[in-house]
Amino acid sequence: MSETNLLEAKCVTMNFGGLTAVANLSFELKKGELVGLIGPNGAGKTTVFNMLTGVYSPSFGTIHLEDELISKLPPYRITQKGIARTFQNIRLFNQLSVTDNVRIAFHTRKLYPIYNSIFLTPNFFKQERAIADDTKALLSLLHLEERAEDKACNLSYGQMRRLEIARALATGPKVLLLDEPAAGMNPQETEELTALIALIREKFDLTILLIEHDMTLVMKLCERIMVLDYGIQIASGTPLEIRQNKRVIEAYLGEEV
Amino acid sequence: MAPLCLIKKEGVEMGLFIQQIVNGIALGSIYALIALGYTMVYGIIRLINFAHGDIYMLGAFVGYFALTTYKLPFGVSLALAMLIPALLGMLIERVAYRPLRKAPSIAVLITAIGVSLLIENLAMLWFSPDPRPFPQIFPLRPLELSGIRVSIPQVIVFITAVILMMALNFLVQKTKVGKAMRAVSQDKEAASLMGIDINRIISLTFALGSALAGAAGVMVGVIYPRIQPLMGVMPGLKAFVAAVLGGIGSIPGAMLGGLIMGLTESLVTALISSTWRDAIAFSLLIVILLVKPTGILGKSMREKV
Repeated sequence: MSETNLLEAKCVTMNFGGLTAVANLSFELKKGELVGLIGPNGAGKTTVFNMLTGVYSPSFGTIHLEDELISKLPPYRITQKGIARTFQNIRLFNQLSVTDNVRIAFHTRKLYPIYNSIFLTPNFFKQERAIADDTKALLSLLHLEERAEDKACNLSYGQMRRLEIARALATGPKVLLLDEPAAGMNPQETEELTALIALIREKFDLTILLIEHDMTLVMKLCERIMVLDYGIQIASGTPLEIRQNKRVIEAYLGEEV
Repeated sequence: MAPLCLIKKEGVEMGLFIQQIVNGIALGSIYALIALGYTMVYGIIRLINFAHGDIYMLGAFVGYFALTTYKLPFGVSLALAMLIPALLGMLIERVAYRPLRKAPSIAVLITAIGVSLLIENLAMLWFSPDPRPFPQIFPLRPLELSGIRVSIPQVIVFITAVILMMALNFLVQKTKVGKAMRAVSQDKEAASLMGIDINRIISLTFALGSALAGAAGVMVGVIYPRIQPLMGVMPGLKAFVAAVLGGIGSIPGAMLGGLIMGLTESLVTALISSTWRDAIAFSLLIVILLVKPTGILGKSMREKV
């Protein structure tokens, strides 16, 4: 395995009963890359995310993060090892405040033993204060500081999307998986999001895998694009190559008769 | 559980009325402690843990043995009566409920009833079904406050309950475990993808709820000094009603529901008759389910698709 590969999936297959959602998929993410994962609806893109994060355990194949096998680990262990995600259909903790949504995710990396919170040791207060500070910084970076004490369910749509990103960042990821971050956004919001993704990538030294249907965003941001159709990778290459790829055009527009 | 015996007089005096409010608050804080366990477990895995009342009974017995057989001080006995039920609660969750995590909820509910019967019968086997006197550690001499008599055990029970509930509130609101619990109760999958070990959080929830029930077991021994293996059945059911009354899944709701149950029981005993006590307590459940099924502080819950 090459040194620069941060994440490597080898011959990954996911079967649900008789249905093969993803077949024999192999790819790698190099450190610092921003890769797009596109394909028509039902192509298996979200299934790939679910396998990478441990929600599904692949039927066949292996996934390695920094040369460590992760495809058999439960989701929380994989998150702790450095893969974070956002959801296509926003899944915030709706009844909790914006701050608490982020703080929950921070706790994965700032650990104090449980007896610290029972006996209220100085370490407990120190850690909690540090988390409070980091939460504030993260919220202001994502322009959510004014909504910090509001319940997550009262945010606007765009704010919810940003909070999902904030929450994922709080887990301290090496790899960030964004599942349709621009879904339902207007062109102006999409443009702001594009800038935001570029910013956090720089600031947090992230490797990003992005599912997106908005081609302007994908073409602008991604250095490399993978195309899935019916669970099979049909193309991979630079945005320019993908735009001209015949099989991709067929998959999106249907075969010419 | 019989409230402090009061001989019924012709007509009810104001003093007696206030006296019963005091009794009701002491009893209610015990119900509240038990109800918290029901509500926390329900909040996190949507299970009515019918074995919870028996955990409370075990707490009373642990306290009893710690105080009598081992002659430990009250504080240590109370701590043990919280610790051992906490471990038992975790064990029950691990062996009885966790294997059924993906089973239909009715299967888990029936299992809970089975666990309850198992604990009751084991307790009768081990401790014998005969009632035992709980040692009286606190003087029974009542404190007189402008005509109202408050017994020292009642004060101790009330203060302990308040301290425990404040501690629980702090834990749930301010610590990482508490925040993780709230996250898991809202969306398990999203929580696990934020790096939270769901099984550990569920285990801790059982431990916390069981510890509070264990404490309630000792508290009840302090006020009504008679314990026996089936003592958990009625208070278990009433605490369940209290949790539903306050809004199941809501922690402040369980505290409020417990107090309402305790007060209702005491006042019914004083104003009507003790034979009506349980009938009216359970009628409350029917009324609340008809009028506001989500309970007093409960939020309406949308079914997740």
